[in-house]
Amino acid sequence: MSDSNQASQQQDTTPKKKNKYDFSETNKPLNINLSWCKACNICIAMCPQQIFEPDRDGRPIQTRPEDCTQCTICWVHCPDFCITSTVK
Amino acid sequence: MATAEKQKSDVMLDYLIPQKKFPSVWCPGCGNGIVMGAFIRAVDKLEYDRNDIAMVSGIGCTSRMPVYLDFNSLHTMHGRALAFATGVKFAQPKMKVVVITGDGDALAIGGNHFIHACRRNIDITCILINNHTYGMTGGQGSPTTPSDAISTTTPFGNVEKHFDPCDLAKSAGASYVARGTVYHYPQLEKIITAALEHKGFSLVEVISNCHTYYGRLNKKGDAPAMLDMFKDLSVTKAKAKNMEQEELENKFVIGKMHEDNVKTEFCDEYKKIIDKQKG
Ligand SMILES: Cc1ncc(C[n+]2csc(CCOP(=O)(O)OP(=O)(O)O)c2C)c(N)n1
Ligand code: SF4
Repeated sequence: MSDSNQASQQQDTTPKKKNKYDFSETNKPLNINLSWCKACNICIAMCPQQIFEPDRDGRPIQTRPEDCTQCTICWVHCPDFCITSTVK
Repeated sequence: MATAEKQKSDVMLDYLIPQKKFPSVWCPGCGNGIVMGAFIRAVDKLEYDRNDIAMVSGIGCTSRMPVYLDFNSLHTMHGRALAFATGVKFAQPKMKVVVITGDGDALAIGGNHFIHACRRNIDITCILINNHTYGMTGGQGSPTTPSDAISTTTPFGNVEKHFDPCDLAKSAGASYVARGTVYHYPQLEKIITAALEHKGFSLVEVISNCHTYYGRLNKKGDAPAMLDMFKDLSVTKAKAKNMEQEELENKFVIGKMHEDNVKTEFCDEYKKIIDKQKG
C-alpha cells in the first residue's frame, strides 16, 4: 500500500510542466481589478490556455491558473486595464 | 523604463489621471481602450517625457481618450482637432503632437483639415480609430460605413461608397501611413511606435469595434466576436499583393502602407524662411 503510494508520488513529481511558471490556486498568475471590470468577455474569449471562466456577472475568475504562460494577450486586450501580472 | 527590461504589465496605470472616475465611459469591450493601451505602451517604450507630449482630440467616443491621460491635453471642437494640433505644433515645434480622432471626426466634418494636414506634411501623429460609424450620437452612417451596411441613417443599407482613409492620406501627401486592428495588438503597438518616431505627418488607422451600434445593427455580435471578425477579415500587405481587387473587397489590408523619409516637413521649412529673413 505504502509502496504504491510512494510510486504514485514519484510519478507526480516527474516534470510534466507545460510552462516555466509555477502557478497554483493560491499563487495566482494575474491580479484582476474587478471594480473596473465591465464584463466585456474579451479576456475569457481570447485566452489561448482558457484559464478563465465567467462568474455570475460575466467577470473573469481564474479557474485554471496553473496553465497560464504569461503570454500578455489578456492584459494588452483589456480595454479597462483591469488585468496585471503578479510576476515582476 | 530601462531599455533591456521587459515592460511591466501595469505600466498603463502610471499614465492615468487618478482624479478621474474609472472605469471609463466607454461601453464594455469598446476598442478605444485597447488603442489607448497601445499608445501608452508605445510612449513608455520610447521613453518620452510626458510634458513634451500634447494630445489633441475633437468630439466623439474616441475623442474622450485624452481626458483620462496625464499629458498636455486639448479636447476641442468636433472635427477641428487637426486644426488645433497644427497651431500647437507651430507654436511649440519641439513638442510631440498626437491627434486622436474618430472616423466621423476626421473624415466627415473634419475632412478638409485632414487632407490639408496631410498636404503640409506637418510633424503630427494622427491616430484615427475607424469603427465604421458615429458611436457617440447613436450609430449614424459615417464616411467609412461600408456599402450595404445598416446604420440609423441608412436603415435599408448604405448606398454610398466608403472612404479608404489610408489611400486618402497617402494621395493627399502624408509621409507615413499604416493600418492596424485592435485584434492584432503587437503590430498595432509597433506601427504606433513607428508613427511617433517618424518626422512628418503620420497616420495610423486602427480598425476598431463599435459593437453597441455598428455591431448590433449589422448582426456582428459582441466585442469578442467582432475582434474575431477582424482576425478573419485582415490580410497582410504582402499577401494582398497577390490577390485580386474583388477578393480584397470588404477586407482590411494591414501593415505599413507608405513611408517617405525624403519629403520636407512644414515646421522645418518655415524655420528656414525665418532664418533667411533674419539674414
Ligand atoms: C459641430 C458639431 N456637429 C455635430 C456634433 C454631434 N456629434 C458629436 S460626436 C459625433 C460623431 C463622432 O463620431 P466619430 O468621430 O466617428 O467618433 P466615435 O464616437 O465613433 O468614436 C457627432 C456628429 C457636434 N458635437 N458638434
Ligand atoms: S458607442 Fe461604440 S464607440 Fe462609443 S463607447 Fe460604445 S462601443 Fe465604443
